[in-house]
Amino acid sequence: MIVIEYLAYFLITVGALFLFLGALGIFRMPDLYTRIQAGTKASTLGAMSLILGVGLLGFVTFTPGYPWLIKTLVIVIFVAIANPLSSHALARGAYKDKLTPFSKEHIDAYEEADNNKEQKEDAK
Amino acid sequence: MTYFFIIIISIIALAAILAFVRFVKGPTAADRVVALDTISFMAIALMVLLGFVLERFIYIDVSLIYAVLGFVGVITIARYLEGGI
Repeated sequence: MIVIEYLAYFLITVGALFLFLGALGIFRMPDLYTRIQAGTKASTLGAMSLILGVGLLGFVTFTPGYPWLIKTLVIVIFVAIANPLSSHALARGAYKDKLTPFSKEHIDAYEEADNNKEQKEDAK
Repeated sequence: MTYFFIIIISIIALAAILAFVRFVKGPTAADRVVALDTISFMAIALMVLLGFVLERFIYIDVSLIYAVLGFVGVITIARYLEGGI
């Protein structure tokens, strides 16, 4: 039991640090795509780890402890599915909104893939 | 409330202030949406933490509903930027 408690404290500390790093990435990065890349990954790991840590701590502390673990696991699974999905949709929407990435050379793999597909369809 | 939870909540509040600066300053609409999404995940984490500290189990349910509503909002704004709506 004491091992689970120390594991929970460790998970909560890691989660808070990663949430802070995600916010720092959103504050400091130069354009939208790097902000999404820095903010979403760090905040996903931070929220998942912190909520799981609180669930383990509630499982140890309270007498009927299993509802804490089950409900926090539901939130963790939902965060793991929803946060990458929403950030992907947002990056795609910003690209279709003609938002150019911040770079010295013009590198656009999405546009090249689109052009290759059109050329193959023309060849057919 | 022990000192551990006070320090953890202070770190998350500082992170929320940083993300809020980006929310006010962000040049485009998508920057603001990213910042708001991060702030909403911090609010979920804080609600779960406060539910443990204050020994209220109902806060967990509130944070689950808040996560679902934030997800739907971000998807809607992304579809609007893409030109789907």
